[in-house]
Amino acid sequence: MSDHAQDAGFHSNEEFVTFLIAEQLFGVPVLQVQDVLRTHRITRIPLAPPEIAGSLNLRGRIVTAIDVRRRLGLEPCDQENCMSIVTENEGELYSLIVDSVGEVLALNREELEENPATLDSTFKNYSAGIYRLNDQLLVVLDVERLLDYGQRRVA
Amino acid sequence: MDDLLREFVTETAESLSELDGQIVKLEQNPNDQDLLSNIFRLVHTIKGTCGFLGLPRLESVAHAGENVLGKVRDGELEVTPQAVTLILQCLDRIRELLDALEETEAEPEGNDQELIDQLNAFAEGGGATEMPSAEAPVEMASAEMSAIAAEQGETMATSAEGVIEEAPEVTMDELELAFLNAKGPEELAAEAAAMEAASGVVTGSTPPVDQPLETQVPETQVPETKPESQSEPQVAAAPAKPKPAASAGGDNKKVKKDSVANQSIRVNVDVLEDLMTMASELVLTRNQLLQILRDQKESEFAAPLQRLNYVVSELQEGVMATRMQPIGNAWAKLPRIIRDLSHELGKSIELVMQGAETELDRQVLELIKDPLTHMVRNSADHGLEMPADRVAAGKDEGGTITLAAYHEGGHIIIQISDDGRGLNIDAIKAKSVANGLATEADFASLSEQQIQQFIFKPGFSTATEVTAVSGRGVGMDVVRTNIEKIGGTIELSSQQGQGTQVTIKIPLTLAIVSALIVEAGAERFAIPQLSVVELVRASSRTEHTVERINGTPVLRLRNRLLPLVNLAELMELKSPNGADTPLEGSGEEEHHALSGEDGDDKELFVVVAQIGAYSMGIIVDRVFDTEEIVVKPVAPILRNLQLFSGNTILGDGSVVMILDPNGIAAATGEINMANDLTNKKDEAANQMVSHGKVSMLVFRAVDETPKAVPLELIARLEEIDLSTVENSNGSYVVQYRGQLMPLICMDPEKQLGDSGLQSVLVFSDQDRSMGLVVEEVIDIVEDHLAVEIGSACEGYLGTAVVDGKATDIVDTGYFLNQAFSDWFDRVGASSGEPGGRTRLLLVDDSHFFRNMLRPLLSVAGYDVVTAESADQALRLCNAGESFDIIVSDIEMPDTNGFEFAQQIKNQRRWANTPIVALSAFTSPADLQKGRDVGFDDYVAKNDREALLAALRETLGEQRGAA
Repeated sequence: MSDHAQDAGFHSNEEFVTFLIAEQLFGVPVLQVQDVLRTHRITRIPLAPPEIAGSLNLRGRIVTAIDVRRRLGLEPCDQENCMSIVTENEGELYSLIVDSVGEVLALNREELEENPATLDSTFKNYSAGIYRLNDQLLVVLDVERLLDYGQRRVA
Repeated sequence: MDDLLREFVTETAESLSELDGQIVKLEQNPNDQDLLSNIFRLVHTIKGTCGFLGLPRLESVAHAGENVLGKVRDGELEVTPQAVTLILQCLDRIRELLDALEETEAEPEGNDQELIDQLNAFAEGGGATEMPSAEAPVEMASAEMSAIAAEQGETMATSAEGVIEEAPEVTMDELELAFLNAKGPEELAAEAAAMEAASGVVTGSTPPVDQPLETQVPETQVPETKPESQSEPQVAAAPAKPKPAASAGGDNKKVKKDSVANQSIRVNVDVLEDLMTMASELVLTRNQLLQILRDQKESEFAAPLQRLNYVVSELQEGVMATRMQPIGNAWAKLPRIIRDLSHELGKSIELVMQGAETELDRQVLELIKDPLTHMVRNSADHGLEMPADRVAAGKDEGGTITLAAYHEGGHIIIQISDDGRGLNIDAIKAKSVANGLATEADFASLSEQQIQQFIFKPGFSTATEVTAVSGRGVGMDVVRTNIEKIGGTIELSSQQGQGTQVTIKIPLTLAIVSALIVEAGAERFAIPQLSVVELVRASSRTEHTVERINGTPVLRLRNRLLPLVNLAELMELKSPNGADTPLEGSGEEEHHALSGEDGDDKELFVVVAQIGAYSMGIIVDRVFDTEEIVVKPVAPILRNLQLFSGNTILGDGSVVMILDPNGIAAATGEINMANDLTNKKDEAANQMVSHGKVSMLVFRAVDETPKAVPLELIARLEEIDLSTVENSNGSYVVQYRGQLMPLICMDPEKQLGDSGLQSVLVFSDQDRSMGLVVEEVIDIVEDHLAVEIGSACEGYLGTAVVDGKATDIVDTGYFLNQAFSDWFDRVGASSGEPGGRTRLLLVDDSHFFRNMLRPLLSVAGYDVVTAESADQALRLCNAGESFDIIVSDIEMPDTNGFEFAQQIKNQRRWANTPIVALSAFTSPADLQKGRDVGFDDYVAKNDREALLAALRETLGEQRGAA
């Protein structure tokens, strides 16, 4: 798990940026989020894995855009209307393309539940746990796992 | 860490590496007083600073060393190898302590009494009288220790460098202060007095502590050395002569150096790196602004932007300059390494360094430091012979290793050469075979040069035993990988018995490169300018047209065929509006280049790229201008894409990928040096082995039976506009490349039309060309050329199965003869005479003749193996091949046919194999000479019938005899 998660262990509350992918509510810890972008000009990267949408220039830094839908094994998103969440991982910036970004929620860490055993394996791989909100469920996206291509290649 | 302590560590580490070099120099010039006082001063400074900072252990070691040096300086001791070894040991100990100090910020526990005693004993003992008997054990002990010291020195040096890197320049008031405050041994009292006197003279009053002291240092040096040079007459009792001139020059230099030191400041490298990054960003932003300006005709921003442009360029240059360091910095520890090595190995080695002041980017410098050290070690360990062996080989006892660096274009060239034994080809072969890198048979077809390259292969290490010196598990392959990583190349040449030379070519800087921006498949890419040779615009209306051979695009460029790769296809990019990208999808275009369809006016650009010795054309849709780009590494998840070397942000703010021409070459099958070798080897092997596959051009002409010609015979495929064809003397000719080219129809009855395009196969030899008119080019097939049915029909060699179909193999010679009756003096059609498969070796340097004779001889029932030179043939011989008969050309470069025949007859294996000479010269004198050297027969090159007859005859005699 990330350092942030451990740090957050001291407080009972952790804040999450929520977003929707295919109607499903997801969240990433707000501390991992650098930016939220609307559509941005993306340069395609030939021969790259399909879920890598391309790269973009964010204030002079090159950001690799990941289509989270594809990474989760879903249909690719409609590039026109989607948004993205920029996060830093091992010194590199990544832009996670999602359907739409919602509000920031403060959630009690103690309420985090483990993934249901029957969850689809792709989802289970990238989910750090589930929160039961009043009206729906929130999947905590494990960004490090999502971006860990080395591990995936070995697997 | 305490700032003061950190600076102490940094400065001392620098002093130590300087000392290493100086002491080695001193050993060579024991009476160089100037050098000696400089060494003394450096050690003294270290000692003084230690005292100031409260580091007793360091201080006592340095003090003991200084003691010995002091006596040497005063002429009480001589500079002997053991004195030097002892002092070096002392420095190593200091380094060791320093290292611990850097880690723990405190002196480590331990006792240096033994070393100090040794030093003191030497200072005492050596000082009174020379005691050779006492020296012997010291030497032995020191030899042992120097081995250990060398090991430690190595690690010390690396860690010390770690500190140096943090701060490249030296000036430090505290240390100078400390230096002045330090209590020296007795003799320093005088020096201090002199110094005070000097400062008194210079300033005329007691100066405030800080600033004037700096200026005093150079001043005090002068009086300090003077009494010493006076003491030289006493030292002159020692064998070597004093060098007053050198020492005087040294004085000036030193004064100058000190004042230069005062003009520089210490800057943390991180600060420089940040500055560089920011300058790079500024360059990008400037590019962006200029881009905007370009779109606006009149703008009040134009003038200020121009100025900004200018300033940014200057700034960029300035910042780059701060990153530049003389390559000598990477060489600094080499003299010491060589000295230790020569003692350890018992060799006498001289290290010559040329062009140490050549500057290159710090980052590059760091990356080449280790490979350089490794190669110098290699030269010393494996390259140079033992003194006895050298003398036996007629060389000087001492070997020389030369390091040279210089600028060439945008590159730095570094050469490491030695005058040692050179690479041992047999050892390389044996090793490669033992390590499973190649087989004996593979080597048969390789030149020495190619075999030498095997040392760059992973899993290869030349030393039979891994020595302490160079066998560290890193081989030349690692060296090569490291150098290629920074966009450099490495070449090796070696002559047995003469020495080895390694040439490294590396870019000046990695940070900012000039790149050509191109577009393919609606995406833009950057190609580093360094690998771009030229741009060619190709369309059906220009002289350059992209043609296809079996779907593979090629471009004719100045008499050669350039392999092409379509960038959009390579990148698997589909342009958004479908078939916009030309040459995409093959079905239609496959024919178009030859079918005469004139519909394709699409313009293409071909970027001709040079990768090592290999050039290649990259087809792109559009070419924009060149831009200075800042290379940024790609995200880790994209690192496995070998086609890209990085990415960057262009002036308009968009991100583009930077193409790696090496990667493209590799991806298209043409591979870098080592692999290329394998490739060539395969090719060569294919040519070697009889019935190896031959590429053939299959076409349709006369009737429906496919016709085939070995592809290598064909110079070009042409489309001739029939309206330009003229009829001269009943034969067709066309003006082609400024000459008249005869057009020959395979069907003599055939009449050419008046208009339209006609496919023609062009055959060329030297300055003559002939066009063979064909209906349609079908394909290029790689297959075994085994003519199964001989043909009695003129113009055909026979019929073979090519690509599963019965195909007529065209006798090119017949048609060449029709075009130029003197092309060969041909006597009727060849009638195949299938006999027993007789193994025949054909040696001819002309590619053309080899390819022409091969099918002919093959048809005549011989099992043909070709060699392009006498050397290659002899290698086959050595590799254990045997033949029934050899046919050799006479006029060949390097070894001509006569020499070749002599060599064959003089050695055992092939001495009895009959040889038939082929020559254009058939004067009686030539014939006689041929017979004298051992040719069994001598045939005119153009007389193919005579050749076949001679072969039959010679073999008949042979068989009769046997």
